[in-house]
Amino acid sequence: MELIAFYILAAIVTVSAVAVIAAKNPVHSVLWLITAFFTSAGLLVLIGAEFLAMLLVVVYVGAVAVLFLFVVMMLDVDFVELKQGTLGYWPFAALVGVAFAAEIALVTFARSAAGDEINAKPGAATNAEAIGQVMYTEYLLLFQMSGIILLVAMIGAIVLTLRHKPHVKRQNIAKQTARTRKDAIRRIDVESGKGL
Amino acid sequence: MLDFQAMISAIGPELLLALAGLAGVLAGAYMGDRFNGLSFKLGAATLLLAALVVIMNWEGGEAFGGLVTTTPFVNFAKCISFVAGAVTLLMAEGFLKRHETIRYEYPLLVIFASLGMGIILSASNLMTLYMGIETLSLSSYVLASFHRDSIRSSEAGLKYFVLGALASGILLYGISLVYGFTGSTDYGDIASSERTIGLVFGMVLMISGMAFKVSAAPMHVWTPDVYEGAPSPVVAFFATAPKMASMVVFANLLFTAFSGVFEDWQMIIAIIATLSMLIGAFGALIQSNLKRLLGYSSIANMGYALVAVAAGAEYGAAALLVFMTSYVIASIGLFGGVLSMRREGGMVESIDELAGLVRRRTGLALALTILVISVSGFPLAVGFIGKIVVFQAGWNAGLLPLLIVLVLSSVLAFGYYLRIILVMWVKEPVERFQPVGSTVALSVYAAAAACLVLFVFASPFLEWATQASAGFIQ
Amino acid sequence: MSAFIQEHGLLFGWLTVIGQILLFTVVLLLSLAFLLLMDRKVWAAVMMRKGPNVVGPFGLLQSFADFGKFLLKEIIIPAGANKTVFLLAPILSLTLAFAAWAVIPVAPGWVVADLNVGILYLFAVSSLGVYGIIMGGWASNSKYPFLGSLRSAAQMVSYEVSIGLIIITVILLVGSMNLSEIANNQSGGFWTWHLFSFNNILLFPVMVVVFVMFFISALAETNRPPFDLPEAESELVAGYQVEYSSTPYLLFMIGEYLNIVLMCSMMTLLFLGGWHGPIPFGEEFVSNFPVWMVNLGHLAWFMAKTVFFFFLFALVKAVVPRYRYDQLMRLGWKIFLPTSLAAVFLVAGYVVYAGVQA
Repeated sequence: MELIAFYILAAIVTVSAVAVIAAKNPVHSVLWLITAFFTSAGLLVLIGAEFLAMLLVVVYVGAVAVLFLFVVMMLDVDFVELKQGTLGYWPFAALVGVAFAAEIALVTFARSAAGDEINAKPGAATNAEAIGQVMYTEYLLLFQMSGIILLVAMIGAIVLTLRHKPHVKRQNIAKQTARTRKDAIRRIDVESGKGL
Repeated sequence: MLDFQAMISAIGPELLLALAGLAGVLAGAYMGDRFNGLSFKLGAATLLLAALVVIMNWEGGEAFGGLVTTTPFVNFAKCISFVAGAVTLLMAEGFLKRHETIRYEYPLLVIFASLGMGIILSASNLMTLYMGIETLSLSSYVLASFHRDSIRSSEAGLKYFVLGALASGILLYGISLVYGFTGSTDYGDIASSERTIGLVFGMVLMISGMAFKVSAAPMHVWTPDVYEGAPSPVVAFFATAPKMASMVVFANLLFTAFSGVFEDWQMIIAIIATLSMLIGAFGALIQSNLKRLLGYSSIANMGYALVAVAAGAEYGAAALLVFMTSYVIASIGLFGGVLSMRREGGMVESIDELAGLVRRRTGLALALTILVISVSGFPLAVGFIGKIVVFQAGWNAGLLPLLIVLVLSSVLAFGYYLRIILVMWVKEPVERFQPVGSTVALSVYAAAAACLVLFVFASPFLEWATQASAGFIQ
Repeated sequence: MSAFIQEHGLLFGWLTVIGQILLFTVVLLLSLAFLLLMDRKVWAAVMMRKGPNVVGPFGLLQSFADFGKFLLKEIIIPAGANKTVFLLAPILSLTLAFAAWAVIPVAPGWVVADLNVGILYLFAVSSLGVYGIIMGGWASNSKYPFLGSLRSAAQMVSYEVSIGLIIITVILLVGSMNLSEIANNQSGGFWTWHLFSFNNILLFPVMVVVFVMFFISALAETNRPPFDLPEAESELVAGYQVEYSSTPYLLFMIGEYLNIVLMCSMMTLLFLGGWHGPIPFGEEFVSNFPVWMVNLGHLAWFMAKTVFFFFLFALVKAVVPRYRYDQLMRLGWKIFLPTSLAAVFLVAGYVVYAGVQA
């Protein structure tokens, strides 16, 4: 039963991953990528890591891929043109691909030889609990460091892009609502025939 | 429960930097532009304080369940890196003020970069190492393009970012392979696991990634472009603190985590060292831009440092510390020199602009001459000591071919260093430089003085380095 | 689910699960028909109109008439549209809206899949909802739909952040991500409902603020007025739906309303005690009745609360003017995000130092 589910999901992941690079239209590529993410989440559920699966969907599919899609839709990039000439790189690409595949195979066989079983919830009732137990204790330093990295990324984005334009009017809601009739309207007695 | 005592003795300075960085973010958010000037001094003070904390916890320790372990060896590097960071930060203020790009984010990024350096130096787990490297790299990318309105600076930042991201990817791939084959990311566990083909494969990938970070050939291509494009004070920072930290981390990683596969990496490091020395020396010969020249010079110097690494922990550790320290001191001074090259209408960077400096600014010319002599590794300055100990380490380890390359490339390098000296002393003087503030001048003189003093009083310095790396000698 | 199947045999188990899903779907669709009518009636009442009143008594059959109309019309696909994506978008919208309901418990044990990360599942599925809109807007190959879909995507991504943080406060209080357990944590009468939290009185002000923020974020997340900028008719005609007609439009609309009802039921479960009545009757009294009868009572409470929230949604639509886009973003990022972060801190601190849970 679970094996059938695994093969179906694995097949979908593989097919959509191939489609990501094969698709002519970049938006279709991203949509395939989303399919691949989503199905990988299904695979995670199968090994009992339901918390990770949900996080994958929330973070990657729900936020990162949306921004991906955003950018791809907004940029008018002609990918067919971009792809011209990439064919010349195929021997190199094939080499890298073969090397990666070989390494993955090496790791897989080394691990299965060691007889380690994948356990998604060591020492806890659920996957979420298992992660929670170590994340803020054993790996506190790493957790905080990732926070710092994100902070640096944020500072970087601000440093590189934020510009204070002097002539832009900004809405100040407090100022707006605090405005009274007295601040806005002046009564002037205009003498007839003279004007202001 | 958290063991605060252990935390402070292991990564006290990093905690200090992290807290100071966060406080700086808040202060900047509330004070805005009023914080700009103050932030540089506070940032430098924080870094110096961090160096002091390092010295106070010299023996180091272990914390966070073995994620970090500090030893005197890494503490030595931390101390030098933090001080170098502080000095380059102070040198930056005037430059940025003149270019009207002075913003409090600069010291914040330097502090976070230093935090990254501290973390990678303390790391005794591959995950910690990666986290620290990312912190350091991200800050560096942003610093490189800090002059965002200048095309060259943006280009430098982008180049650095793209290549750096690739290098991080390679490093991470290596880490995952090492983890896959040893079942652990802990340095100690990796060292005690048996040698498998996958472990060696992963190690090679990790070496490639780290070679990028220290700008050793063949991963050096970014160096000259970034050195030329990025704002000069940023380059002064890149050339000193992160270089010291990355190199010592590189060595620490190989000496501890991969001590079991010494024979495998010694050959690789030897090749990388040879390539770096040759490419650095030949590349520098044809440069006319001083910053580019210093870029190639740093590639060559990383090659010399890698000779010490290739000599192995027992012979090379102390030599590496001595050599890198002398290189950092000279670099600070030389970049101080670059920062002093200001004319009407902006900074100049060509070597020819130094012509006849001795008749216009005798003190500066003298100091720069000492620094150039030091970085070229000839007697009278501390660079000589550095090169001698590296040579000795290589000799003890029996790396004869490597030593021949070292001597050859040093001779070659002296060619272009000599050119700088000749331009300053012999050529007809050109227009006088405009003054750039006392901090920069002071740094140049202090660095030159340090080069002389450490040459004369070399033995306590050597003693210190030897003691720091005593842990590696069985 | 798999435990259930093991218990009842493969065939019977599967049939039961499919039956449950069908039952849920049919009941949902039927109630949606009347909720739609209610939406229009409330809106009309605020404007002192009568609203739909022709089809059936009091217009009760209006939604069914509309349904038939939509089904019988021709499906028009614009010439430059990306046909596959154009048709996929509404289907995706509807499927996701239904899929989210799989984990909503309407009474003790009455739930299709009692996931232990139920609330995270809800959050995940609702964050996917944006794809239907963004795909529809892009595939239409037209300006207004595209602008509408971009607005919508940015808006939903922004408000998801504060919704997520608010959900975390509730998770912290309960100590579980299972929706049934979240509901059961509020079983002791209305004073234990998370909205009031009188049993943790110090949290009362926090939870009220958090609830209000959740309600407003839910409005934004479902593109309801006053945050209906993606389909702001005065600016963008009908936003991402401009090019849609007939059944695809119907699917979009059903999906949208299903999401609104889902948000209402989420608020019920997270803050208003779920299926629990305001006064607990006690075990002994309850044990006099058969289980199904008790559960029907629970179901009635659940539906009453959900309908109440839906009423609020409808009322807001009628009485509040539309926000400007920059105001919307400002509210989301500069007010809700820090406030909900602060709430997470406060609740976490309270949970740790007052020891709310075991």
